Amino acid sequence: MATDKKLFAAFSRRDLLKSLAGVPILGAVWAAGIDTTKKSKLEKDFWLEKLNIKASAPPASGPMSGAPLRIGLIGFGIRGEQLMRALGFATQEWMESMAKSAQEDPNDKRLEDFLAQENLNVKLTAICDIFDVRAEKALQSFNTEANPCKRYENYMDLITSGEVDAIIIATPDHWHAPMAQAAIEAGVHAYVEKPMTHTVSETYLLREAVRKNPGAILAVGHQHRQTLSFLTAQDAIAKNTLGHISLVVTNTNRNDDNGAWQYEIHPEASPETIDWNAFLGNAPEVPFNTEHFFRWRKWWAYGSGLSGDLLTHDYDRINCVLKMGIPKYVTASGGIYTHRDGRNVPDVMQVTMDFPDFSTGSSQEEGKEKGMSLVYSATLGNQFDRGTVLMGHDASMELGNILTIYADPRSTKYQDLIKEGRIDPQVPIYQYDPTAEGVDAVTSATAKYFANKGLLWTYRDGKRVDSTFLHIREWLSCIRNGGNPSCGINEGFDEAITAHMAGLSYKTGRKIEWDPVSERIISLPGEDLDAILLDNSVA
Amino acid sequence: MTQTSPLTTAQTGVLVLLRLLIGWHFLYEGVIKLYSPGWTAKGYLLSATYMESFFHSLASESMISTIDTLNIAALLIVGVALILGFKTQAASLIGVGLLLMYYLAHPPFPGYPLGPAEGSYWIVKKNLIEAAALLVIFLFPTSVSFGLERFFAKKEIQTQPN
Repeated sequence: MATDKKLFAAFSRRDLLKSLAGVPILGAVWAAGIDTTKKSKLEKDFWLEKLNIKASAPPASGPMSGAPLRIGLIGFGIRGEQLMRALGFATQEWMESMAKSAQEDPNDKRLEDFLAQENLNVKLTAICDIFDVRAEKALQSFNTEANPCKRYENYMDLITSGEVDAIIIATPDHWHAPMAQAAIEAGVHAYVEKPMTHTVSETYLLREAVRKNPGAILAVGHQHRQTLSFLTAQDAIAKNTLGHISLVVTNTNRNDDNGAWQYEIHPEASPETIDWNAFLGNAPEVPFNTEHFFRWRKWWAYGSGLSGDLLTHDYDRINCVLKMGIPKYVTASGGIYTHRDGRNVPDVMQVTMDFPDFSTGSSQEEGKEKGMSLVYSATLGNQFDRGTVLMGHDASMELGNILTIYADPRSTKYQDLIKEGRIDPQVPIYQYDPTAEGVDAVTSATAKYFANKGLLWTYRDGKRVDSTFLHIREWLSCIRNGGNPSCGINEGFDEAITAHMAGLSYKTGRKIEWDPVSERIISLPGEDLDAILLDNSVA
Repeated sequence: MTQTSPLTTAQTGVLVLLRLLIGWHFLYEGVIKLYSPGWTAKGYLLSATYMESFFHSLASESMISTIDTLNIAALLIVGVALILGFKTQAASLIGVGLLLMYYLAHPPFPGYPLGPAEGSYWIVKKNLIEAAALLVIFLFPTSVSFGLERFFAKKEIQTQPN
């Protein structure tokens, strides 16, 4: 007790001050921290409430119950393999190489993702590939006791075999429509890769076939329609966040062999292992050559170059968000500037699509709300990422897997907030990043290009999901449970006609006009549009 | 902790000031992170330019929430300890450890990418200087002169029999 008393006696006011002076500093710093975070949260809530953009996932497609659907695949090439994995079928070779890759890089989740993928309750019963090596590769992995799978040499035999309920078409472009049409007319559901058709006339024939056979479901392979940020973008547009959009710019920038369609030529390819005439189909007769077979995208006879392979993706991404339909006018230019290797499709191409009567809404006085250009600009000789931007009077939106919106300094809608200093036009007023919680390991330059466009994967509940898987699942759900695919015949029709208008403008050097009343591309007297489109001479 | 102070009052005063400033900095960083629910060190760790595999492993799915919690806790503990003047030597060492981790993930070594920075650095950057300053705090404890430890120190002195 005595010492205790002494303690207090010796502990002066001054000592107390020196002991506890840190406490108010602690309190002040802590309070300042709380205040700062609170203010930034209030600001964020203000914006979220003001913009009211809903980043909600679409209703999941229906159950995969019932008897297994029997699927047939036509074309087991690069895309065919990817589609099969989305369906739940991976080759032994792929599984082994992915297991090895995951061992080397723990961030490589491709195998893990595949194994975790939902079972779609399908059987792969039939396969058609006119290259023996690929057909046998498919059979080796997929023809098992649990899943008997048969090879067909001819696609018509596969469609009419009675062994398939639905087919997936992953062939060169010039076979898309004939096969899809044959399937639909036979009452077989079809998932066809983009572009939906290779010529103008095929586009009408396929639409006619689908209209006449409502029981057969057609889906076009624009898997980015499943991308979460695009669905969020639709909501932002619906809420008139951007005001009158006058210009949309979208691009392709690739600078690698794979991106320029220099696909690998298989060493076992020969007239003995490839049914050359089946490959040619309606294309002009030329002697067997592996370059045409494996790198068919480089010729108008089988592919459609930038306008069919890549503009279609970008056009459909914008059509999915804005629903602006077929452009009134299309002008295109470009040339073969980066790959003078005998190809006849351009590798640098600029396409301007005009929509003089289209409106996304307005914040200004009447009369200023109509008209928009969509500019697609592409090169296969540079991979600088230029992004996709929708430019409105009130704000600009960068559209990718991440969605970012910047207010325009001269906006009418936001002018008061800009004056008050609550908006800094350099700082996004809205950003939506479904990847915030995830890590992505992107392997190649081309893969990165596709991933940024929302073409490889998207997110559901913060988890990464293969967009193609979701797209195929949606198609299977429409077959099982009814409903319309997000990219069905009407969306495919818009996509195909627009791509063909771009091809025609490139080839004729003329502005190509669409007549929305007669639903025809306006041609000059005596002009055969398909002949121009398919013309194989180098411009 | 007892100390026979060979330092002048001014020298002690400056050391206390240094301790308070560093404590202030740590505490504020900790509080901001504590009250920002979305905050994570993941981006910083994944963008590491040195000892990548170590920092990537910290950022892995199974580790990151623990790392985030530990980071915030460490910032707060160091900040509180330095400001209040309590266990400042232990806090200084924890602080040095934290700062060296920040430093090593993005070191301004010649030939390494600098990333966004508020100045120009070559080998030395601010968090390295702050770590060195914490070593000073560690070697010249001042919490008996100014801080909670004065309370205990007094008690110790008083309770010792003469």
